[in-house]
Amino acid sequence: MSDAAIEVRGLVKRFGGTAAVDGIDLTVPAGTVYGVLGPNGAGKTTTVKMLATLLRPDDGEARVFGRDVVREADAVRGLVAMTGQYASVDEDLTGQENLVLLGRLLGYSKKAAAARSELFLETLGLTAAARRQVKNYSGGMRRRLDIAASLLSVPQLLFLDEPTTGLDPRSRNQVWEIIRAIVDQGTTVLLTTQYLDEADQLASRIAVIDEGKVIAEGTKGELKASIGLGSVHVRLRDADRREQAAAILAETLAADIQRDADPVALTARVREQADAGGGPVSEMAAHQTGVALGELARAGIVVDAFSMGQPSLDEVFLALTDRPATTEEDAA
Amino acid sequence: MTAQDTAPSTTELKTPTSADLAQVFTTERPPRPSAWAASTTFGWRALLKIKHVPEQLFDVTLFPIMMTLMFTYLFGGALAGSPTDYLQFFLPGILVVSIVMITMYTGLAVNTDIEKGVFDRFRTLPIWRPAPMVGYLLGDGFRYLIASVVIVTMGLILGYRPAGGVTGVLAGVAVLLLFCFALSWIWTMFGLLLRSEKSVMGVSMMLIMPLSFLSSAYVDPSTMPNWLEAFVNVNPITFAVDSVRALMNGDWPGTDLLWLAILGAGLIAVFGAATMRLYNRK
Ligand SMILES: Nc1ncnc2c1ncn2[C@@H]1O[C@H](COP(=O)(O)OP(=O)(O)OP(=O)(O)O)[C@@H](O)[C@H]1O
Ligand SMILES: [Mg+2]
Repeated sequence: MSDAAIEVRGLVKRFGGTAAVDGIDLTVPAGTVYGVLGPNGAGKTTTVKMLATLLRPDDGEARVFGRDVVREADAVRGLVAMTGQYASVDEDLTGQENLVLLGRLLGYSKKAAAARSELFLETLGLTAAARRQVKNYSGGMRRRLDIAASLLSVPQLLFLDEPTTGLDPRSRNQVWEIIRAIVDQGTTVLLTTQYLDEADQLASRIAVIDEGKVIAEGTKGELKASIGLGSVHVRLRDADRREQAAAILAETLAADIQRDADPVALTARVREQADAGGGPVSEMAAHQTGVALGELARAGIVVDAFSMGQPSLDEVFLALTDRPATTEEDAA
Repeated sequence: MTAQDTAPSTTELKTPTSADLAQVFTTERPPRPSAWAASTTFGWRALLKIKHVPEQLFDVTLFPIMMTLMFTYLFGGALAGSPTDYLQFFLPGILVVSIVMITMYTGLAVNTDIEKGVFDRFRTLPIWRPAPMVGYLLGDGFRYLIASVVIVTMGLILGYRPAGGVTGVLAGVAVLLLFCFALSWIWTMFGLLLRSEKSVMGVSMMLIMPLSFLSSAYVDPSTMPNWLEAFVNVNPITFAVDSVRALMNGDWPGTDLLWLAILGAGLIAVFGAATMRLYNRK
């Protein structure tokens, strides 16, 4: 009990007749980043809101450091902070005013709150923007301020709901850096995301949720073993050679081959090998891919385009459920 | 706006390292703020919003000026012989009615503000739960004060001479502000209960319009038909108007003020509780 930051059993939340969260179980070890991965409408935000005492669960129970989120909500609020999916800072105020406001609400005196806000603005690289209204901030700056606002209380548990959605790759990387630095201080982070690579970069354990249910849970290694290392996409010049190419790829990569709707495209899902490392795309797979391309060339098959990468969320869902991720739009 | 020009873009922002964070992660926390401190902090937030969006002050300046001018000259001649004579009776009335009408904006502000993400943050803070709501009302108190100053000044310019002097006027305004604080909990409730801004506006208007006209603000109830006088005499706005009018005239409002106080306490108890129930459920 004591080393779990979050323990969730059979959590349910219904909106109208439909269950947005439909019996979720989670155990988040303290001091780690835990990734909750799921498509739009999976129930990520709803789950986080229940854990952060913003929504009352309809069923099940959830404890944060042993405190019940409903019966001991006030104690839980003293331990957590949340950076919501939609900016949880006041757009009309300046960055500095936002932090001073929160500092005062945490109990700091006027002077201490001002000093603390300067310190956090400085630490997060926002000093130059401190006196501008937040509505004039870029997306990346807004996220930083939002994170700074959450850190002001030095929470033991930090909820980050899709912290990088809508950010450019550079800002995204910076947010990742910040999250790593936060965990280094001993804060537990629960992170929701739609991107497998984000969960892979940051989280030590990942839960994949879909339609309000956990469909897979485990360490990165365990998940990868079940979903594969990544995919190699190949576009051929000549559709007639596809079967031949498929055979070559299947053999050299020891991969499952998926024939895409496009008659010249192939996707090879590379399975985890026992000796492969845990990198985003292991060296082993990269090497094997080179070999496979060589084999294709030797057979005289012209490759127009080729790419490799981590499985997309869609592919993860294919692997886990044998169907693509259902998004809200599909369901509607 | 020089800061705007020289501020670096996102890509140049410094990213903190673990060591940077270690320096600011002091775990000793101050004691939680008192209910009053948290509420006044939210009141400060409301003032900051006025500072950044000063247009919101139109409702508390232009609207009262318009009301005062319109009714003084519209009714003045007919009801009291001359606008100046009417004003001696009418000014406390229009003061109460205008400010009671302005309280409706509280519901609108709550309704639009509560949907914003920042409220999720406020609700995850370990503070006295009603503080954000009380903070609104404190900020609004400032707006009502401005409106009161505008109306009384207008009145003085047009020839209003309060018998109660400065003390009487201050006492009248103070009683009015306290009453509005109590009354506003109705609007915070509707602000949380109703889905859209429009419906909040609609419901508030439907309540406020009849109550403010069927009161002692514009004409002496004893000139009304009996059935109407009966209604007007139990209308909460009448108690407020009569109390404020008495104080500004230098009289002691007596039972009117007592009833007003009981009414105010009742409003806070009923609608304050309803507001907090809704707030906690949101
Ligand atoms: N307040 C609400 N009222 C009604 N339905 C809701 C409410 N909040 C969420 N839902 C529904 O619950 C389901 C889960 O929503 P949730 O916001 O938790 O998903 P999510 O995983 O965070 O998605 P996204 O990636 O789009 O943020 C959705 O179908 C959504 O429409
Ligand atoms: Mg969400």
